[in-house]
Order: sequence, then C-alpha cells, then structure tokens
Amino acid sequence: MFYRETGQFKTSYAADMQIFPIRQDRIALWVLLAVAFIGIPLLNAFHIWPFGNEYMLRAILIPFLILSLAAIGLNILTGYCGQLSLGSGAFMAIGAYSAYKFGTGVHIPFGLFDLSIPPLPMLPSILLGALMSAVVGILFGIPSLRIKGLYLAVATLAAQFFFDWVFIRVKWFTNYNSSGSVSAPDLNFFGFVVNAPIERYLLCLIFVAIFALLAKNLVRGNIGRQWMATRDMDIAAELMGIRPLYAKLSAFAISSFIMGVAGALWAFVYLGAWEPLAFSIDRSFQILFMVIIGGLGSILGSFLGAAFILVLPILLDQVPHALGVPISVETVSLLVFIVTGALICWLLIVEPRGFARLWSTGKEKLRLWPYPY
Amino acid sequence: MRKLTLALAALALAAPAVTEPALAQNEQFIPALVYRTGPYAPNGIPFANGVADYWTLLNERDGGINGVKIVFEECETGYATDKGVECYERLKGKGPTGAAYFSPLSTGITFALTDKVPGDKIPLLTMGYGRSESRNGAVFPWNFIAVGSYWTAADVAIQHIAKELGGFDKLKGKKISLVYHDSPYGKEPIAALEARAKLNGFDFKAIPVTHPGVEQKSQWLAIRQDRPDYVLLWGWGVMNSTSIKEAAAVGFPREKVIGVWWSGAEPDVTPAGEQSAGYKALMLQHGPGKFAVHADLEKNVVSKGKAAAKEDFAQVLYNRGLINSMIGTEAIRTAMKKYGNKPMTGEQVRWGFENLNLTAARIKELGFEGMLQPLRFSCEDHQGADVARMQQWDGKAWKTISDYYKADDSILAPLVKENAAKYATEKKITARDCSKES
Amino acid sequence: MIAFGQFLEVLVSGLLAGVLYSLVALGFVLIFKASGVFNFAQGAMVLLAGLALVRSLDFMVAKGLPFWAAIVIALLFAAVVMAITAWMVERFVLGPLINQDGLTLFMSTIGVTFMIEGGAQMLFGSDVYPLRLFPSDAWFLFEGSFPGGILVSKIDVWGGLIAAVLVVGLALFFQKTKTGRALRAVADDHAAAQSVGISLNWIWFIVWLVAGLVALVAATVWGTKLGVQFSITFLALKALPVLIIGGFTSVPGAIVGGLIVGAGEKLAEAYLGPFIGGGIEYWFAYVLALVVLMARPQGLFGERIIERI
Repeated sequence: MFYRETGQFKTSYAADMQIFPIRQDRIALWVLLAVAFIGIPLLNAFHIWPFGNEYMLRAILIPFLILSLAAIGLNILTGYCGQLSLGSGAFMAIGAYSAYKFGTGVHIPFGLFDLSIPPLPMLPSILLGALMSAVVGILFGIPSLRIKGLYLAVATLAAQFFFDWVFIRVKWFTNYNSSGSVSAPDLNFFGFVVNAPIERYLLCLIFVAIFALLAKNLVRGNIGRQWMATRDMDIAAELMGIRPLYAKLSAFAISSFIMGVAGALWAFVYLGAWEPLAFSIDRSFQILFMVIIGGLGSILGSFLGAAFILVLPILLDQVPHALGVPISVETVSLLVFIVTGALICWLLIVEPRGFARLWSTGKEKLRLWPYPY
Repeated sequence: MRKLTLALAALALAAPAVTEPALAQNEQFIPALVYRTGPYAPNGIPFANGVADYWTLLNERDGGINGVKIVFEECETGYATDKGVECYERLKGKGPTGAAYFSPLSTGITFALTDKVPGDKIPLLTMGYGRSESRNGAVFPWNFIAVGSYWTAADVAIQHIAKELGGFDKLKGKKISLVYHDSPYGKEPIAALEARAKLNGFDFKAIPVTHPGVEQKSQWLAIRQDRPDYVLLWGWGVMNSTSIKEAAAVGFPREKVIGVWWSGAEPDVTPAGEQSAGYKALMLQHGPGKFAVHADLEKNVVSKGKAAAKEDFAQVLYNRGLINSMIGTEAIRTAMKKYGNKPMTGEQVRWGFENLNLTAARIKELGFEGMLQPLRFSCEDHQGADVARMQQWDGKAWKTISDYYKADDSILAPLVKENAAKYATEKKITARDCSKES
Repeated sequence: MIAFGQFLEVLVSGLLAGVLYSLVALGFVLIFKASGVFNFAQGAMVLLAGLALVRSLDFMVAKGLPFWAAIVIALLFAAVVMAITAWMVERFVLGPLINQDGLTLFMSTIGVTFMIEGGAQMLFGSDVYPLRLFPSDAWFLFEGSFPGGILVSKIDVWGGLIAAVLVVGLALFFQKTKTGRALRAVADDHAAAQSVGISLNWIWFIVWLVAGLVALVAATVWGTKLGVQFSITFLALKALPVLIIGGFTSVPGAIVGGLIVGAGEKLAEAYLGPFIGGGIEYWFAYVLALVVLMARPQGLFGERIIERI
C-alpha cells in the first residue's frame, strides 16, 4: 500500500537512471541519513537513550560503521567481481600503517635520494594510506588472473601473513618504537581536532556515507557491469570484450582502497593504539562472514552483515547479565560462540543469499501488500 | 524469520535498558577484563580466579574496603584488542562512581587503553606487563606498571646468568639468545637486553616465533647449531610449553633456559611433563604456594563455596591475580584516607595509587608476607619496585632458587627516560612537574 | 661437512613436520572430495577429538584403569563423539543445504566451527591438558659422520608412520569397499550417484565420520606435541598451503604437499630467515603455495578445471 511505484512516471533519462529509482527508497535514504547525521547527535547531546551514553557510540556504532566500510570494500571484490579474498586484514593493515607513516612524517633514507615528507593532516594521510593499499591490492590481484575460487582465497592468505610479518619486522613502519606498537597521531580534520565520541562517530559516518554512495554508484555503471559479468562467467565476459585484466585489477584496487580507509579508521578512530594482531587473519574472516551473511553483491547487505556479525555476540554476551541470570563469563562466552554459529547455519538454511535477499523478498511482498495476488 | 529479526531487534533495544538492579550508593565498582576461553585461556583462567577471589575475600571477611562493598563484573576479551576496547567501554561507567581501575592482562589491550584512560580518568594497573616506559609517571600519569616491567625482567635475567657464571666479567663473549613471541609483548625486552649486551660484552641474538607458536622446530634447530650459552624465553600460552618440548627434543639443557614471569607458571610446564624439569623462570617476586592470605581465603571463601578457583588454587598465576587485586584495593584504601570512606572515582583511585605505600608491615598484615616486597609508588616512579627472583621447575613443583635481584637502574633509567620522552613528543604530552605534586 | 649435516637435519625435520601438517590437511581433502565442501571446521574437529580423548583418558586413569585399557576406551569414546558430531552436522546443517553453492556450504562450516569450538570447550573445559601417547625425545643419527649427529624427533617419525598407515588405509577404503566406491561416485557427480540409488545423506555422514576419525588421529599426534588446548585449532591455517599445493581433491597430494611445505618453510627459515629478520615460515609456506598455483592453478594433483560456456 505504501511501498509501490505506481504513478511515479519517469520523464527524462536522468530520472530513469538515478541510483534509487523508487521514490519511497529515496525518502527512506534521506530519513536514514537525517537520523544518522542529525538525529543521533541530537539524542547524544541531550543524553537520551539509547544514544545518550558513550558506550553506544564508541563500542557499537563506530566499529559498526568502520567494519561496514571494510565489508563494502570486500563486497566489491568478492560479491561483485567474484574474487574470493581472505586478505582483507592485510589491506586494512596497509591502510592503517601507511596512514600512520604519512601522519607522522615519512623519511626514506636512501643515501643520495633522501625522501622526506613532513607530517600530513589526517585526511590526506588516510587517503594516501588507502592509495598505498590500492597499489598493493593490484599487486596481489595479479594471481587472480590465473587462479580461481577457493584456491585464490587461500592464495590471498599469502598477503595476509606476509604483511602481518612485515609490520612486525620492519621497524621503519613503526617509527623504530622499541615494542613495535604504534599509536595514532591527533585526528586533525581541517584544523579541527576530532576527539569526543560524537565527533569520532560523525567522522566515520562521513567517510562511510561517501564511500557507500560511491560504491553504489560504481557498481551500477560500466565498471560495475564488467565486474558482474566477470563474476558470473569470466570466459563469456572475455568473449564479449571485457578485459579480465582491467576488470579484476580494478576491483582489487578499489576494494583495497576502501579497505585501506577502513583500516586507517579502525586504527586511528577506534583503537587509537594498535599492533599487527589487530589486523590478523581473524579480522579477514570476520569481514568475509559479514559479506556472506549480509549478501554477496549488495551494498546494503554489507551494513546488515556487519551489524549481525559485530553486534550479535556483544548482545548475546549481555543478555544473561541484563536478565540477571547468574552464569559465569566463561559459559556465557562459550554460549555466545554456539549461538552465533547456530544462527549463522540457520540463516544460511533459511536464506543462503544472506540478509540482502531477505530484504528484497520483503520489498517484493510489501509491494503487493495487502493484496498478495 | 521476520519474527525472529524483530525479536532480535527488540532485544537489541531492550538489552541496555534492562539495567541490573540499581547499585547501592555505597558500593565500589571494579571491572575485570578476563579471558577464560580461546588460545590463552589456560593462562587467563587462574589469573582471573585469583583476581575475583581476593575481592570476594574482602567482601566476605571485612565487608568490603572500609565498609564500602566491592562489586565486580567480568568481561571476556578472548585476548583480542578490539573486544578488550568494547569491554572497557561497557564497564567504565558502571557503578555509582564508575570503574575504579582496569587490569587487562594483555599487552595489546594495554596499548590501546593507554590512549583512552586519560580522557576517562581511570587508572590502568598493569602488573608486570605493558609499556616499560610507563614507569615514568610524569608522562604516563594513569599507568601503573606495578612490581616490574619487561626491562626489569630482562635485566634481572642477565644478572642471574652472571651469577651462575660467577661474575659479570664472565659474560664477555658468551652467547645469549632470546626466543620471543613475535608481538609487542615479546619485543619489549630487546631494548634492555641490547643495552646489557653492549655493557657486558655478550653476543645477543633475538629469535622470533610467530603467533601462536605451535611450530618452533626451525628456531630450535638454529639454537642447536648455534649453541648459545643461555636461552631466554619470552612466550605466552601454548608457545611456552612448545619451546620447552623443542628444547628437550634438540637436547638443549633446560637448566639454561630462563623464562620471563609470564612463561613461569604451571600451564607452561605441565604439558611438557618430565621434560620441563630443570627449566627456570623469573618470578614476579612471588611464586606458587600458600601463604597467610590463603588461609583466610580457605576459611572465608573456599569453604563457603564462593571461590572461583578450582585446582588452580595457590598456583603461580592465581597468586598473581591475588596480588593484582590487593594492590588495586589498597590503592582504593589509600584514596579513602584522603577522600573519605565512600566509593572512589577513577581520579581519586589514581591519587591512591600514586600515594600507595605498601610497607613490609602492611604486607604482613594483609597476609602477603613472602609473596611481595615493599612497594611504593610515587609521581616519578609508577613501578614501585624493581626486584625479582628466580625459580626452577623440579618436575613437580616450582622451587625458588635465588634471592632477590635488584634491576640495575643505571641501565634502565635512561631507557625509560628516552622512550617516555619519545612518547611525550609523539602524543604532544607535557610531562607533569613531579616536584609540584602533593 | 657441518654445513651439510645441518642442511640434512633441517630438511629431515622439515619433511617430517610437513607430514604432520598433512594429517590435518587430509581431513579437508576427504570432505572436499566427497561433497565439494571446503570444511573450515577441520581444526575445530581436531580440538574436539583431542579434548574428548584426553579428558576421558584422564578420567579413567584417575578411576584406576590400566593405561592400555584406558587408552582403548578413550579412543572409542572419542570416536563415538566424532560420530555424533558427524551425524549432527549432516542432519542439521548440510542436509538442509543440499544443492547450495560452494561458498554457502563453506560459510555453514564456519558456523559449525563456532558451535564445535564452543561446545567442545563447554563440555570438556578450556584449559590445557597434557597428553602423552608417543615419546617426544629425539634420535641422533650418523653421529660418526656429522658432529652432533642429525636430530630426528621421535614423535615426528611416529607422526609420519601414522600418516603413511592412514593414507594406505584410506586408499584401500576408497578402492576396495562398497562405501568407498559410493564415495567416489558421489565425488564425481551428485545427481548421477543419487540416481543409481546412493543415499547422499548416508554418504555425507560417512565422509564426516571419516574426517572426524582423521581428526582424532591428528589429535593424538598433535596433542602429544602441544598438549590438548584451544591453540590446536590454529593448525588448520598451517594445513591450508599444504592443501592447495597438493590440490583440494587428492589424498596423495596432501602428503606430497605436506612434504613440500614442510621442507620449504624450514629451509627458508634456516637459510633465508637470518638475512631478512626471521619468523618467515608462516608466510613463506603461502608464498610457496602461490608460486605453485601460478604454474598449476588446481594444485599439483588436483583435478583439471575444465571450463565451458
């Protein structure tokens, strides 16, 4: 009754081709953005539940936003271009450490050619860091021209373990810190130092909103169609004149770029100080889970998957405590394991295509409601 | 499906709303970041049990601290930094005055929290781990690296080797290798060991083992070829017992392997069985075994069935948990002397830490005589003590084999100063002027 | 001569270590071969089998049973636990997911991993439990020719022997028994196998059971080496490069892959490590695998990938 495009006539090509062709979708998006950009900060300012306390922002919303961004990055590669990757952690780490280097000043002592860049503010250092991640992404994407499927997934683990090692071993990356742990420089955003949780939240939100819209726009354009053609059948795509080299490597580059941004945000905004273990293989798996559970080939799915994988264990963890059931922490965390695993299996049995498919089925039903025939 | 999603969403909204029965106003909230599951659980469990049991003891025996009851809540981190940060955010504001202090028992979480605690004004008690330079209280006002740092440990280990060899001059030309967990934790001692190597003229070699350390064959074959005189072991979890087994397999004498205090507990030696016999490890002053406080625990906690401990009662890491809680609660007690007998805020507890003076008499009164030497924090010194002993596993139990060594401040103090200054410039911190603190 | 002795020692220990990785990799191969599922839960299954074994063993030794009897009963008990797990996985997870694509099945095994890890620790505890089934000291061979001899760990040799027996046993099982032939038929083509009256559900149960038993064997060796504890699940990560070098579908491939990875990473650590900083064996195994894959994208022994439009 409410969700129906009847009567929305397109009178120009531009109107026909916009990102969200249905008016209700557009309204929903604006409402969502308004809530995220204005509503939550207002609730926070007036300490109104549930966003009044720092916990909601710092421990749930900020990591949720950052990991959604990483999931969008991986979704471009795995969901749209069909290249399974288990190296997300590595690309996030490259983004984080490069951004750290740019943020604290790069100095490459090469004898004659002595390169020095003074410390940059946060925005350029994050973007440059992400660029480094994209370059490495292209490099590690080259094997994808020959290796496919699960074999490629395991091969991308080479990147994961190699960079885990590099950031531990090469002291240059950690500014010769004796322990090899680094802490983020000030978050200087156009002369404004981002510090309070709500400011950090807004910073992440700006990045996520921009990159999500960019990604949404990319995947419906020429390049996105090339990716999807490659995913669905690479030989057929090649015969149609799509260059696999270009399609696959561009997917690797863009996906690594976004994951690099996510990595830099994870390190700078969420953790503050980190060691390579923060970007270990567990992180790679976590992001892959988000993408699969959320739905391959869906930007919205990345958000839903991130919410499910990140928030579910935290919630389950607090449920017995909130209900006042006296169980030990050990039992609770093991139960969280079991329940999370069971829910993943159950969800896959009910809907193997993830939350995104559930969402679109829901939309289809909503269109017909209340007259299902 | 939709119903369940709705239910989950409702749960999501409800969970923070259903707060636990409102805490009474006269209660001190202390959070505990623990890991009872995952790869490091064998080491995390006894420590967490010790921490919890001491608080229960205070509640059961004395009714809390000066009449203020202790309320504590555990949060499982699984040794993961991001989970630790989540736990920190969850627990920092609980109770009438917020969290008293945090003890994460993880170098990674400590690093992440070091940046966050000044903003939230909650002290960080990292007993025997964490940033070695955080000893400098002027730069790190909120960190308390109580009892010993990795640099203390490294220095004492070398002192013990020198003693075994018969003097510091005998160190010249000797080979000492460090087998370490390839992470900030394992890398911390390298700076101090390199300084010592330069001073005493021994050959120092650092051999990394990749996390989690289940496979160390090549490292130990290299040691077999290289034949160092001593091997220092800086491992955690499964890596320790694997190292000892590999040392046995390559025939490296266990008497020449010296572990740090995080490699010197029961879970580290028992999996290797009789092969561990002879292995030595540093003690963070204390060892296993029962002392006066354990009698109190048995009477007030264990017999009432309120103990968290099972077979780990009075083990090394359990005792460390007890001491950790004791130092924390004594800091709260110290703070109460200034601010009155009511729940303390993090800021007040920090003052309590900084002015904590555990004299030998007080330690005896608390039942910790024989476990801990006098400890005194000050504005400049957030470590309080820098002595350690050596213990040896005889196949069945840990035996203390040395007297207390005092770490050489002439080597470590410049290191602390230099690294603290580096941190201060990096984070644009102006060090406090300690002469003006009261 | 010393240098050569050292080389030999590193090589031999690397080869043996590689065979131990193969023990874990074999479980992956079995399940992938028969059902096309990349079984992420193999590491967790090793943990579960090990915990069931060591906890029941300790329990019965404490009850005063003679050691050999306790071992036999404990092995049986662990086998039953693995059988129950296999049945539950088939019944509640993979059965309903029949005919789904590989990625979904892979994801579902991750769910299974969580459940097994949580369940195993809840039932049997999350501490470290020492297991002593094999001697863990070492032989020193050729002490006449090389100073100090060549070190060979006894447990590694035991592991190698067990792996050999296991491979022969599995080969016989696949070639000679009716169930084995049915397994191969299913691996070839699900639908065709179903049409000649092979029950897919039964076959999948058998496959998961066999993989569970392989996990139990791996647990006896690795449990002796490390003590049974959660970290044992990380072995799955050491088994992955073995798996892709050998190919996902080949039992002998898993052994050969293990030999290559083991020897390669140990030699690299010993001869390359000192120059670039050490601790390289983890990623070196994967880089080695990557190089092999660039030459043969389906692994050394994998089935050729034929693509049609």
